[in-house]
Amino acid sequence: MVGAVNGQGMGEDTPVSFDLKRQSVRELNQFLHGTLQGVKEVRVENPDGAHNLAVGLNGPIRVQIAGHAGYYAAGMNKDATIVVHGNAGPGVAENMMSGRVEVAGFASGGAGASARGGVLIIRGDAGLRCGISLKGADIVVGGSVGSFSAFMAQAGRMLICNDAGDGLGDSLYEAVIYVRGKIRSFGADAQIEPMTAADYEAVRELLDVGGLSHSYRDFKRVASAKTLYHWNADANQSY
Amino acid sequence: MSTTDSEPTAGMLPPDPYLEESALFNRQIIRYVQRAAATGLYEIRGLGAKRNLPHFDDLVFLGASLSRYPLEGYREKCSAETILGTRHARRPVRLAMPITIAGMSFGALSANVKEALGRAATELGTSTTTGDGGMTPEERESSKTLVYQCLPSRYGFDPDDVRKADAIEVVIGQGAKPGGGGMLLGQKVSPRVAAMRTLPAGVDQRSASRHPDWTGPDDLAIKIKELREITDWQIPIYVKVGATRVFHDVKLAVHAGADVIVVDGMQGGTAATQWAFIEHIGIPTLAAVRQAVDALEDMNKKEEVQLIVSGGIRTGADVAKALALGADAVSIGQGVLLALGCNGESFVQEGRHVSATADYHKLGTAPGYCHHCQTGRCPVGVTTQDPVLEQRLEPAVGAVRVRNYLKTLNMELTMIARACGKQDVHHLEREDLAALTIEAAAMAGIPLAGTSWIPGRS
Repeated sequence: MVGAVNGQGMGEDTPVSFDLKRQSVRELNQFLHGTLQGVKEVRVENPDGAHNLAVGLNGPIRVQIAGHAGYYAAGMNKDATIVVHGNAGPGVAENMMSGRVEVAGFASGGAGASARGGVLIIRGDAGLRCGISLKGADIVVGGSVGSFSAFMAQAGRMLICNDAGDGLGDSLYEAVIYVRGKIRSFGADAQIEPMTAADYEAVRELLDVGGLSHSYRDFKRVASAKTLYHWNADANQSY
Repeated sequence: MSTTDSEPTAGMLPPDPYLEESALFNRQIIRYVQRAAATGLYEIRGLGAKRNLPHFDDLVFLGASLSRYPLEGYREKCSAETILGTRHARRPVRLAMPITIAGMSFGALSANVKEALGRAATELGTSTTTGDGGMTPEERESSKTLVYQCLPSRYGFDPDDVRKADAIEVVIGQGAKPGGGGMLLGQKVSPRVAAMRTLPAGVDQRSASRHPDWTGPDDLAIKIKELREITDWQIPIYVKVGATRVFHDVKLAVHAGADVIVVDGMQGGTAATQWAFIEHIGIPTLAAVRQAVDALEDMNKKEEVQLIVSGGIRTGADVAKALALGADAVSIGQGVLLALGCNGESFVQEGRHVSATADYHKLGTAPGYCHHCQTGRCPVGVTTQDPVLEQRLEPAVGAVRVRNYLKTLNMELTMIARACGKQDVHHLEREDLAALTIEAAAMAGIPLAGTSWIPGRS
């Protein structure tokens, strides 16, 4: 930690910095779980792809990760704003409850898995299973998403500014996906639906959240056909 | 009447029809085929495997005699204290007995039941476990020690609840359906259940069978570290597997960093799963315990990583046998439901017994045979979300019954331990057991009674 010792004596605007070349992820997370004493921003230097950076945060702090992050960066975030100034490994912002997580580069598999609230912004592409099991969060992807994205997504919104891979939205529940580019194939029960005024409004809002300049008119709506909501003897191969 | 009219002669058919049932196509199978033909959909039911399997009943204890010295059954102390999660957690789980309550979801069970389980466990100094539907305030408030499950579905999974938990159990699978996800039919997806799971009310919910954010054991190691980081390394992390390739799965779970391994045999229950899953996937608990213990011993981790065994634990003798085989604790689901009144003829309302038989008949079953948890129409108010039916289980009544049941098991356990000359139930050992069948001897790795023969080992 640079500029502070054990979380004491820090003024409102004193930036706190952790250098993971010299300090451990444990020390970082322990500090972030502490009382914080008015600290508003923490910088993480030399993350070098370390796993579990800034996980389980529980307050409106801002964390800047100055490089690549490994698995589960910003996992289970609540209220915090976490920016990864690089790429993020699997499960970035998994089970996020609220707050904002931004990845400047690419995100690996399972980005935003099971996230229940808040917003995840990925400037580059996201890998396989982006938004799997999504439960209410918004995910904005500046690039494309890999196959099996939004698998079993239950609630929330995904905005995909380029293309989607195979099996998009397999077994969707109430989550809605907006895609600007090509969709290689749909998963079971996912379908294109007409855009309504509310959908255009949602796309504008999500573009705005991500600071993106695409036209909201270029997006298609993908949602559940709801044929898997109830047991259906004739569809048993779908289960 | 002449004698030739009344006495049949040799070669004549008897007057009654001669009914020869096929062992292969018996009445159960005939019903199975005809039900499948009528519906085109597999049968879904609750509870666990019903068929006869090698089990703890096939083992007996060798009580003390001349070669061993017993303890006085009613006087001498026999400790049942159990500590789980000593490997990495700063605050291991400390229990007064090695008998815990298994994970069962709010959704499968009513909020009243979850509260009753919490109260009983707290009174006895043991733990309860959440299930595939999140943590309810009722169970958190009523349970002194609550294990919070992290399941593939992640329904209602909440970091605030993670921080409130006394241990986290990462569920890979369960004995009733290793390789399968949860299932909750629309009748039980009430508005409260639906809201907790972020699902539309009334859908036939099919939960995921794989975790959304990790795939293999190396990923799991990082996932477990994440949970440790979030909880600041304070509480134990359990890993629960359904019993299949137990030897390898336990080793991988240990490698992934688990503090406690939970192994659930095929007799373990479920609120709703395909019949074919319940009866045909997984191995019996008896075989699973021994494989799990062998894995821990092979890795020299027996003292460091604790083992909880579940799946068909019913009696104090079952508990004692599981411990003697090397488990540190057991977990009970179905036994606890039976204690609450599951499959009983009546339920208690304001101190009076009320018959539930007619409601069993409406489900096409009878007390003693019911496995219709999946319908949500539990005649005794245990496995239901129906606002009327759930009132049939009064939390106070349920708490007393579960407390009495678990207390009885613990008394039987300590009685057996004393008879084997142990001052601590955890001192029960394989050497205290003999097997009654060749199957049990082979699976449990215990000599056939009266011999020194362990099939496959000696």
